[in-house]
Amino acid sequence: MPDAARYNVTLSARDLAVARGGRVIVDGVNLSVGPGEAVIFRGPNGAGKTTLLRALAGLLKPVAGEVTVSDEDQTVFCGVLNGGKPTLTVNENLRFWAALYSARVGEARAAFGLEPVERRPMRELSTGYQRRLGLARLVLSGRAIWIVDEPTAGLDTASTTAFERLLAEHRARGGAAILATHEPLEAPNARTLELRP
Amino acid sequence: MSGFLAVIARDVRLAFRAGGGALQAAAFFALTIVLFALAVGPDLTLMSEIAAPVLWTAALLATLISLEQIYRPDREDGSLDVLAETNGLLALTALAKAIAHWISTGLLLTAATPVLALLLNIEGDALWPLLLSLLIGAPGLSLIGSFAAALTAALPRAGLLIAIIVSPLYAPILIFGAGAASAGAAGDPQYSANLALLGASSLFAAIFSPLASAAALRFNLD
Amino acid sequence: MATTTLYEFANPVRFERIAARVFPVALAAAGLLGAVGLYFALFNSPADYQQGDTVRIMYVHVPAAWMAMFCYSAMAVSSTAGFIWKHPLADVAAKETAPIGAAFTFLALFTGSLWGKPMWGAWWAWDARLTSVLILFFLYLGYMALWRAVPDKTRAAKLAAILAIVGFVNIPIIKFSVDWWNSLHQPASVLRAGGPSIHPDMLTPLFLMIGAYVFAYVALLLASMRNELTARRLARMENAGVHAPASVVER
Repeated sequence: MPDAARYNVTLSARDLAVARGGRVIVDGVNLSVGPGEAVIFRGPNGAGKTTLLRALAGLLKPVAGEVTVSDEDQTVFCGVLNGGKPTLTVNENLRFWAALYSARVGEARAAFGLEPVERRPMRELSTGYQRRLGLARLVLSGRAIWIVDEPTAGLDTASTTAFERLLAEHRARGGAAILATHEPLEAPNARTLELRP
Repeated sequence: MSGFLAVIARDVRLAFRAGGGALQAAAFFALTIVLFALAVGPDLTLMSEIAAPVLWTAALLATLISLEQIYRPDREDGSLDVLAETNGLLALTALAKAIAHWISTGLLLTAATPVLALLLNIEGDALWPLLLSLLIGAPGLSLIGSFAAALTAALPRAGLLIAIIVSPLYAPILIFGAGAASAGAAGDPQYSANLALLGASSLFAAIFSPLASAAALRFNLD
Repeated sequence: MATTTLYEFANPVRFERIAARVFPVALAAAGLLGAVGLYFALFNSPADYQQGDTVRIMYVHVPAAWMAMFCYSAMAVSSTAGFIWKHPLADVAAKETAPIGAAFTFLALFTGSLWGKPMWGAWWAWDARLTSVLILFFLYLGYMALWRAVPDKTRAAKLAAILAIVGFVNIPIIKFSVDWWNSLHQPASVLRAGGPSIHPDMLTPLFLMIGAYVFAYVALLLASMRNELTARRLARMENAGVHAPASVVER
């Protein structure tokens, strides 16, 4: 059994509206995600999933409504891009992130089986490995609320299973997750929300 | 604080890796000086007269061509998001990135200057004012330039646009910097006044450029 | 569901109504003041005791140089308003002021060059004032280039506003540095606003011309703002229905 609840952070959105290119593309979003919970957004391409996730992560100013997180610096965003530097090695990227998040690399490297490639520059890795490095940042950050866009795109079955297992462990520790995906994803008791134009 | 230093260390490391651009900027600096010399002709007296302005212009141009590398790659690979959600104030991260840019271009160019100055017939007493002016003024070039880079972070080919935006803003630094170097070489009493104004310009940029950069980056995150 | 855009938060209808009323008045005032001002400038003001009739270029040049600065200030002010209060009309005003300001700046440079030819014997001298105006012209170019380069117009408005404010803060510094540079390298300039001795009779055409320029600015600004707003409305109508905002539904 995983250790007792470590996190107690809730993210809520109230009457949220987000815009892209000067046009409101999603509006009226009310949402609350607390310890152990997971929300999965689904919807067609262009429905605004990515924009919505960025607003929830605090990277994008909403045009209306607000996002509140019960504790500071407790969200970690992983977009479609992995956020690593192509010319830095896997280890260098992990260490840089550790400094930024005031965290330790710890088990993040092993969590996604990155040891075999740890000394290789990120640009030499396959798409799947690059994604695994990007996702390793979630574990590394030690933050309560994971906000992930298409987590399993480009991953093989084994890595997808690994992500599902880590997500379950994170939730068991009181963590929460907000995901957007087109692919089937095993996440018990997750709420599925559909973006409908 | 460790995040602040980590950003500087990472950016300097990236700049010196293959494709990072630091060495290209230094090479461009040297080439510009050689091209100037070729255009002027092998007249050593004339050359030593225009040496300080030529070196300053070359340093400015070399800084200019490397500005695009400050933010655009970070936005393209997603690391700008990581920087925005960590490290506290975005303005501090912007300051760290400007410092890193100065280390990997401005400081490098300053270090290369004694050798290149020989080509332009500057030596001895004329060299120190030039080095001092570059040491004080080049950080200002990186700071102001990083603001233009932040404005254009989301644009794929912004090199020329950055040059247009930043050139008028560079005027004071160029005037005081080249002015200090020339006045110092000539033993003109205006030397220290020029240096003081140059320092004030760099300091002003150090305070306001990170704030303006952070404001611009906020709108380039989506 | 209604199509919502950021631009509907402003009230373009009221603007349209006011603009339609003010535009002809401003245009007429500009024409009238300009005609009277030019009459005074050319026929009813004294020639300069040193420069002779050449001084009459001043009545076109000096107000243009003032407008160059005035327009940049207007741009900075409306950029600040657009930035803080998120009023889209302020963004549009800033955007449409830029080319007008750049045109005044160009006029100041062009007439300065014409004025300089008999004074210096050259089309261009690195006079402190002219050099500052030249740098101001490049500031305008950078601002307009940024607007053009950023495809998303909401983002362009924000970024251009930041640039306008930064440029505005830097103008006094640039001005000071150019004056400093000029005083080091050259003797004091001949070409100063009004010259060393300004006759009271010269003030009448000067002020008339300034009035004409200000009204011309208002008329041009209103016309181009209306064009821009119409273009945006058209773009919105084309998108209507196609891009209704999504809402979240529990599944």
